[in-house]
Formats: sequence, C-alpha cells, structure tokens
Amino acid sequence: MTEPITGPIIGPITEPVTTRHTLLHHRALGAWAWALLVALAALPPLLQALGLEFYTVVATRVLIFAIAAASLNLILGFGGLVSFGHAAFVGLGAYTVGVLADAGIGSAWIAWPAAMVVSGVAAAVIGAISLRTRGVYFIMITLAFAQMFHYLAVSLKAYGGDDGLPLAARSILSGLPLSLADDASFYWVALAVFALVFAGLRRLVNSPLGWLLQAARENETRVAATGGRVFAVQWTAFVVAGAIAGLAGALLANLNGLVSPHLMHWSQSGQLMVMVILGGAGALWGGPLGAVAFLLLEELLSGVTIHWQFALGAILLVVVLFAPRGLTGLVARRSARSKEAAHG
Amino acid sequence: MAEALHDLSRAASSRLPELALLQVHRLVKRFGALTATDEASLEVRAGETHALIGPNGAGKTTLIHQISGALAPDGGGLFFDGEDVTALSMPQRVCGGLVRSFQITSIYRRFTVLDNVVLAVLARRPVAPSWWRPARADEAAYADAEAMLALVGLTAMADRAAGTLAHGEQRQLELALALAARPRLLLLDEPMAGMGPDESARMVELLSALKAQRLTLLLVEHDMDAVFRLADRVSVLVSGRVIATGTPDEIRNDAAVRQAYLGDEAEAADRADAMDAADAAGPSARSHPAKEGA
Repeated sequence: MTEPITGPIIGPITEPVTTRHTLLHHRALGAWAWALLVALAALPPLLQALGLEFYTVVATRVLIFAIAAASLNLILGFGGLVSFGHAAFVGLGAYTVGVLADAGIGSAWIAWPAAMVVSGVAAAVIGAISLRTRGVYFIMITLAFAQMFHYLAVSLKAYGGDDGLPLAARSILSGLPLSLADDASFYWVALAVFALVFAGLRRLVNSPLGWLLQAARENETRVAATGGRVFAVQWTAFVVAGAIAGLAGALLANLNGLVSPHLMHWSQSGQLMVMVILGGAGALWGGPLGAVAFLLLEELLSGVTIHWQFALGAILLVVVLFAPRGLTGLVARRSARSKEAAHG
Repeated sequence: MAEALHDLSRAASSRLPELALLQVHRLVKRFGALTATDEASLEVRAGETHALIGPNGAGKTTLIHQISGALAPDGGGLFFDGEDVTALSMPQRVCGGLVRSFQITSIYRRFTVLDNVVLAVLARRPVAPSWWRPARADEAAYADAEAMLALVGLTAMADRAAGTLAHGEQRQLELALALAARPRLLLLDEPMAGMGPDESARMVELLSALKAQRLTLLLVEHDMDAVFRLADRVSVLVSGRVIATGTPDEIRNDAAVRQAYLGDEAEAADRADAMDAADAAGPSARSHPAKEGA
C-alpha cells in the first residue's frame, strides 16, 4: 500500500505504474508495535505501584490466550477452516509439560519445545484426516478428535484422571536471570513468547504460503486449477497452528500450576472460536484482540453476576450482527473513515 | 508483453506440429445410467487450435473436466506429451502444462485483479511456497503477473476488486489466470460465455494473438463464428462420442455432422454464410490454415 507521491519526482520512474494495492497483505502496527510492546512490558511495575499485583496473573492469562487464539485464527480466519478442536492442541501441550515435570524434567528449554512437537504431531495426524473433508464434516471431525483426547486424559489415572495433574513448580529457564516463580517474570516471558509468535504469524500470513492459504479460503478450485496444492498448504497451516497452540498450553500449565482434562473440553475450543470471531476472523489482530476482550469481559461481568455468560452471549450476538468482521473490523472501518475525512 | 507471449509459445513451438500433444483415448465417463462420455477419442496437435463443438448436453464440459483432472474417467486413457496422465491430480497436470479455464468464471472476487494473477503465478510454481519471504516483495511474481495483465488488456484495472469488473473483463481475467499457469496446452471452456458482441470480438482478438504465438488451444465454444475463425481443426462431439474431426471446411461439409449437429440444411447454410462473412471481415481475422504452419 504505497502512499501517493506528493513531492517532485526526480529521475525516471522505474517503479511499475500500479500502486499494487493488495487485500492479501496484512499489516501489523509497524513502529507502533514496539511502543505497544514497551507499554505492555511496563505493566507489572505499574500494577505493583497501584497495589494491583493480582492483575499481573490476569494479564499473563490474557497473553497466553492471545497466543492460542492467534494460532486458531491462522486456520479459521485466514484458512477458512472452522476447526472445533483447537483446545486439544492446547491441552496436549499442557499435558506434555505436566508429564515431563512428573518425570523430573522441569527445564522450559526441553518441555516447551516438546509441547510444540507433541501438539504439532497430533495436528499433523488430525489434519491429514480431517482436511479431506469440508464444511460441517470438518467441524465434526476436529471436534471428535478433540473429545477423544479429552476422554483419553480423563482415563489416565496415573496422571490424575478427571482431577488432573498438579505441577510441583513452574518450568525452569536455565541461563536466564529470571525465575518463572515470580509472577512479573513469568508475565515478561509470556509477553516475549507472544511477540515472537505474533511476528512469526504475521510473516507467515504475508508469505506466498499465507497468500495461497487465503486464496484457498476464497476459491479452492481456482488454486488447484492454477497448480496450487491446496491440501499441502492447509495442512502446513494446520500443523503450525497446532504447534503454537501447544506452546500456549505449555504456558497455561505453568500459569495454572495444574493440567486437567478440562483444558481439552469442547467448550474450551468453543471459547477460542468465540475469541477469534469477537476479535475478527482473518484479521492479524483478531485473535489477540478477541482474547483481551473476552477475558476482560469475563473478569468484569463475573464480578457483577454469576450469570456473566448470559451477558457475554448478548454481547457476542451484537458483535456478530453489527460488526461481522469483529472488533478489528470496527477499528479498520473507523480509521478508513477518518483517513477519508483527512483527505477531504 | 512480447516476452510473455514468447515464453508462452516456447514450449509449443519447439515441437513438431504433427505430434499429438494431447491424446484422448477412448475415454468413458458414466453418471449412473447416463454415459456422458462414450469412448471419446481426440488428438490435439502441438501448436494447433482445436475446437470441440457439439449440441447442448453432448458432454463437452464433462470431457474438459476429465482432461483437466477435475473428474476421473471410468475408462480409457489420457496422454499428454506422450506421458500417461490419467492418474495425475489437477495440480500435477497444471505443473506439466495442461491448464484449463472455466465456463463459469472462477476468480478470487474479493481480491484485486493484480492479486488474482499474482496468486495464479505463486500457485503454479513447482517448489513449495515460502513461509517467510513477503509475497508482496516477490518481484518475479509481480513482473509475471503484470505481463499477463498487459497481455489480456487489464492493466488499468489492476487495483480494482475482481468482483466489481464487468462480465467481459472477468472473462479476460479468467484467461489471464489460466495463462499465468504457463500452459503448453490451454483448455478453454466457452471463453465467450455470456458475452456481448463487443466483448466477444475482443476475446477472439486475444485468442488470435495466442494462436499466432502457436500456443496449443483446445477450445470449447458455442459461438460458431469464433470457432470457424480460430480453429485449425474441429472435432464434433455428439452424445459423448467424437463423430468427426477435420478442418473447418471438412466439418462444414460433413453429412453426418450436418445431420447430427448443424440440423436442417437451411440452418447449415446460415452458418456457412456467417463464416464467409467472418472470412471477409479481414485477412487478419483468420490466421494461417493448419497445413501452412510447419
């Protein structure tokens, strides 16, 4: 999206005449992203100064769900594949950390990548089967796989069965001068992981692979008729999304100090989908924004009434009806309008 | 633009014109009790424009679907450049150079016209797409895509959302997407479908330019003026069978074709008149006859 040239042009124009306006490229915030990162990094001391330390943990939780929702957005939003089993990958990542900790392996350098591998492999298998179907069948197959893992976890008596498996301590980040036992340090690590994941996903979405993923969402037959391997593209995205969800699960296990089958329950998958739709499916900030909005609403509303889910449902209804492109869609529309106004 | 045309024709022109680039051998496709393709056989020579005509319901599109890989035949075989491609998937055939366009326009309606062609260029690359390099900075892909847009005359529309183009322009874009896949043989399924006279004329001009570059074309079309103007050879499909193949003159004068397809004598005479008019329209409108090119 090149800005129109306003100054004098010196020398011959070698650039192509078109401005290369594209709807496939998704911008993050540019330089503002760094400002946002600094502001977010300043949150724990700020909360401490205000005597609101508890909210550091809440903020960490938001970051972790932002990672999970961003990964789901890759396949749901950019790929148009309505996966109803994403919590399975979060849960598998969490269980990997839990089981390794139980076996005495507490290093984050081992456990977290292992969580990504386990979830990625599971996504590779589930994706290879479910991506041969479309529409309602795809939704049902992903849901069925997730429920399978849920009941598998329930049946694992050695790891707590239904009650889950408590973690004795948070993972150890050897070599770094911080301890995850400290809530602020854990927040910073989660923030760093989020920033890396988000930058990576932005890169992926704007790469040829990401463009073909978006193309297949719009018109699968056309991709195939021009030689694109739709299955390979979607499968790759599915595996990447699964691995990232596994990483979110590893962080979540550490935050909760407990891994339980509930992490893989279908309602958790549904919650991630609500976050993505609330924030804006197929928009780069859709996942994170949806996670922030959902968890803050939950925090606010649950303080007012135990029937907070009712109010949340009403809000979701309003969003779907009046802002079908989610919160990011609202922001984009607002900024487009103000830009128009500025240009007269 | 000339360069793009040259690229397109390079593969085709390096072969002998007599060689069958595509061989459809006794292809059979059944839908329940209906035999849509009934041992259809067909040869498309390298460099020729081969028209496939036939009455409605003759099975033309079904045959195109099988040649392109969208449908699997129940019997018979397909050979492209001497290789058996019957079992290959659509993307595999595309990468080999067997590319189709659609009767019902198939574009990315929400994306820009340039996006559309860039996506086609990215899709046809035989290597796995990069995860990391920004597609927007892929100068090679953009150069290719812009050349294709220039070729079909849509450069001025590059930034428009594809769905907002006029019907004729969408058909031109459809052609650009097929060309972006670097075909050695292009299957054109009714490129003039739903077009007005002006739009049709522009499309005929475009196809003539491709033909002049000796890109091999297999053209399914209802517009007889266009067929007789462009085709080196014509095959007639009736009830899933190819009943005749020959030069436009031979087909026009074939008794079986007249009876099965062109209908009564009067209508056939009308068609012949229309063709003569097309001939008279200008020497450039009708390119070299098949026997001349070698």
